[in-house]
Amino acid sequence: MFLFRLRSSRVFSLAVTMVVYAVLILNKAGGLIYQRDFNPGLQKLSSNDYLILAGTFHGVHAITSQISPTNETSSSGLEVLESENFVMRCFQTLTGTKFLIFAEPRQQNLDVVVRRVYELYADYVMKNPFYQIEMPIRSEGFDRHLTSYIKPHQ
Amino acid sequence: MNRDPSPFRTASTASTATSPTPKYANLTASTNLRYSLTRKSIYDRHLNRTKTSELSKSAFAFLFGEMVQYAQKKVYGVQDLEKKLNLHGYAVGQRFLELLLWRDGRTAKRETRILGILQFISHQLYRAIFQKQADTLEKVRENEDEYMISDNDPVVNTYISVPKEMSQLNCGAFIAGIIEAVLDGHCFPAKVTAHTAPNEMWPGRTVFLIKFEPEVLEREALRVGS
Repeated sequence: MFLFRLRSSRVFSLAVTMVVYAVLILNKAGGLIYQRDFNPGLQKLSSNDYLILAGTFHGVHAITSQISPTNETSSSGLEVLESENFVMRCFQTLTGTKFLIFAEPRQQNLDVVVRRVYELYADYVMKNPFYQIEMPIRSEGFDRHLTSYIKPHQ
Repeated sequence: MNRDPSPFRTASTASTATSPTPKYANLTASTNLRYSLTRKSIYDRHLNRTKTSELSKSAFAFLFGEMVQYAQKKVYGVQDLEKKLNLHGYAVGQRFLELLLWRDGRTAKRETRILGILQFISHQLYRAIFQKQADTLEKVRENEDEYMISDNDPVVNTYISVPKEMSQLNCGAFIAGIIEAVLDGHCFPAKVTAHTAPNEMWPGRTVFLIKFEPEVLEREALRVGS
């Protein structure tokens, strides 16, 4: 009984503190194919600036994966970026697509969130016959499922 | 890493491909799609073998997606595309009806009434294909010859988001084709079309509109009179 209560209270606290600001998806060439804000907290940018942001991040990621302080020959590149006001988590798939999640600082379990977004992408974007690979994502099913996954956590 | 294959490299791979080792050749001959390792073809297997087996939804989604893309290459508009998908479904339905009735064995029944055949479709056929019943079966009030079968979340549409410029399209036309074939197989010629009819609970709700040919209604009227 005690164990059960402990577990449920932990899940509850996680759900309450979860604030995801935005999700960005970059294709393997560094182009922005998806950008969506979920909660207020990030500065609004023009669409051109979002493209510049994506391209810049792509470049920085490429550099960080080339230089590594350890003896390893290759590095996974930049994964987490933390600042006073936000934390950014980057997840690169084996095919080179990047998922960026912006959230509140000290947000836990962002790797779980990013994996789930990847799963939704694999389901509702890649299995959609009307989606052209590497092109901007306009999929109603993906939008809907992403909203129902991220929104209730705020 | 150099991605361009050098001429030397292509030449070397080609030479290995043309002269495979005897062991490798043996392996390909015994494990192709039609013949299993036990040397039995798919025609030697019992038809009931796959009666309860399930199939991966992802694999189906990819296959169906590819089918939609293939159909899309050779059409001029949304209606043409739906017709093409309907035809694909028709071919499946013709074969599936035969299998379904064969599996029923001695209990198989030839439906002769409109209500009977519609219930057969929304219960038995639907359960055999999707492991669930169709959600509703209704009659269109205004028209004597029209019926509706609705599915809250058609399996074929789970991962499909139709772009705005093709909003008329519903890939459920494939299922409509299956239904049409089953109706035709029972001598109830009809036109079946798929329409998107979302509600708050089910954004992907699809209605299959069945419009019977006049002779079906004529026959039905004779049965009522007798």
